[in-house]
Amino acid sequence: MTGLSIENISMRFDLPNGSSVQALKDVSLHLNEGELMSVLGPSGCGKTTLLNIVAGFLAPTDGTVVMNGHNVTGPDAERGMVFQQGALFEWMDVRSNVSFGPRMKGQKEADWGAQVDRLLDVTGLNDFKDKAIYELSGGMQQRVALARCLANDPDVILMDEPLGALDALTREKMQGLVLRLWKETGKTIILITHSVEEALLLGERLLVMAPRPGRIHKEYKLPFADMGVGADLREVKNADGYAETREEILGMIWNMEEEIMGRSETEQ
Amino acid sequence: MIGIMILLVYIAIFVLSFLAVRFLARKTTRDFTSLKTVTFGDESAVNSNRFASIVSVLTIFLIWGSFTGSAWVPGFLHAPAPFVGDTSFTYTLETADGQRDDATVYVRVADFGQESENFEVDQGEGIAKNDAVAMNASRSSTILFDRNDEVTRKDGARVAAIDGVDIGPGTEIRTDAGRFALTDKGAITFSPPSGLQMEPIWLPPPEDVVARMAEIATDGYRDSTLWQHLGYSLFRVIAGFLLGALLGIPLGYAMGLSDWFRGWFEPIVEFMRPVPPLALIPLVIIWFGIGETGKIILLFLASLWIMAIAARAGVSGVNISKVHAAYSLGASKFQIMRHVIMPNSLPEIFTGARVAMGVCWGTVVAAELVAASEGAGMMIMVASKFQLTDIVLMGIILIGVIGFGIDILMRKVENVLVPWKGRS
Repeated sequence: MTGLSIENISMRFDLPNGSSVQALKDVSLHLNEGELMSVLGPSGCGKTTLLNIVAGFLAPTDGTVVMNGHNVTGPDAERGMVFQQGALFEWMDVRSNVSFGPRMKGQKEADWGAQVDRLLDVTGLNDFKDKAIYELSGGMQQRVALARCLANDPDVILMDEPLGALDALTREKMQGLVLRLWKETGKTIILITHSVEEALLLGERLLVMAPRPGRIHKEYKLPFADMGVGADLREVKNADGYAETREEILGMIWNMEEEIMGRSETEQ
Repeated sequence: MIGIMILLVYIAIFVLSFLAVRFLARKTTRDFTSLKTVTFGDESAVNSNRFASIVSVLTIFLIWGSFTGSAWVPGFLHAPAPFVGDTSFTYTLETADGQRDDATVYVRVADFGQESENFEVDQGEGIAKNDAVAMNASRSSTILFDRNDEVTRKDGARVAAIDGVDIGPGTEIRTDAGRFALTDKGAITFSPPSGLQMEPIWLPPPEDVVARMAEIATDGYRDSTLWQHLGYSLFRVIAGFLLGALLGIPLGYAMGLSDWFRGWFEPIVEFMRPVPPLALIPLVIIWFGIGETGKIILLFLASLWIMAIAARAGVSGVNISKVHAAYSLGASKFQIMRHVIMPNSLPEIFTGARVAMGVCWGTVVAAELVAASEGAGMMIMVASKFQLTDIVLMGIILIGVIGFGIDILMRKVENVLVPWKGRS
């Protein structure tokens, strides 16, 4: 079976004081090849934990992750990851960052040079390829992170709030870039975000998670990502159903947050 | 007294140069910073004022030169010099039966560092005879005036007045010649004006220090030239530091990466870190003697813990996202070590290296002060025993300059090797 299956994942963290936190409970889902799924949820719903389990950084307490028919037991180049920020290597220039994956595989520049330069071109970094990381703006740094992940040609790309630290304008441009690269490369993508708009615009599938314990609350199938490819994202926002879905999800998350706040207030 | 004066002069120069520069700067510069309204309290907006630094260094040399009568400082800026040359005073001798006679004491005051030579004068008439006294600047001299008098203190004679001013036991008088007092036994204690300048045996003028440096640089001191002394100290520091770094950095990495290593070495490192290297000098001398081995081992111990802790902090400080990113890009553990953890720890290691070099430099001088046959510390220690203050000062200045130079060099290397430090 191809694609990525998350089967009955549960995750419990034991705290030093003897108690434990149920971060995820019985989460199951399946992604086909080439699907882009965005994941939304209030803080503490286990989004990042789920992503870390899929990436192989964490071993779940129960359940398995199956990728193209084999169990995930640790991090691997087949599952690339794009972090919010701080994951670039400051001691390398832009091109060395992007070519890190192929170089670690022991490939010669003849093997990766053309692909890396093409990605630098696509992400608009060609003029900056010899620059140091700390000389780039936040948006450019995230483009480097994206290009670095793609240069390694993973089957699945896991994105942990990759655009969270960017300003609104840069963010919108980057959303367009993510959509374009998704269509061009046909990668399977899981994108975690705090922004309902971003989840709506980019997610072909949209997963809303609920906290305590972290679980799947509701899933949507949305047309906006396909509309957005190569189009003006602001026009997509005027499309039929966009506003209604946004309000529905916002209300849903708002209620969850409300419930958390109320509960913690009575706990104290 | 002199201390308070020097402090006042220093404060005055500080305030005056500040006001002068402020006044001039307002007339000439109009940069962006001066247009900012909110810079007070913004630490990043405070840069060291170059002009203040220059004036500060010049002020130190000015005060130094002025209070030592340096030839490099124009005479009108000198602090009052002690009296040097010939002077005289008259004392009035009174015998037990009330007879009085005057006699003159001729005093020749020799400058600092010069021999006072005895001389003869005409003894004159009367029961009191003239005396000749040779002495040194800024000193007091007890004058046995009655050695040649016809009636002496044994006969009940005493000094009744000096230069016409009455004097008795316990009173102190001032005349144009200087200060006078009588000892318990009635002899005259004379102090010519001592001025405010320091004697070269306490504080030599700057040109003496420079001249001494030139002399030691060519002729050497204690069988080694200046450069050999400094070279020995530097060699010890570099050898000890390199050994410490060679062992300390891998140790720190191991402590940062393995719980067994951390558990094993943590008690040792945490115990040794607060022990000042100076406290190890006696033990090192007992175990290894005063030769090169002992000194290098001491400096090795001084830098080892600092480097180990710096390397451990460098490993612990790696952003876990970087390691995760490298893993999901397919890097092996060894590759992550080589391409992520090691470069990521470089800024911390450089900070540690700067601290370690500073500590090593201080420790080597202290170790040489205790026992060594060459080295900067040995040079000033031996010189101090012979009261060669100029060599001591020269040594201190050179030790400071070299320590400062080492730090600047380390910072330059740091800028080249880890340009991303503090900018990620």
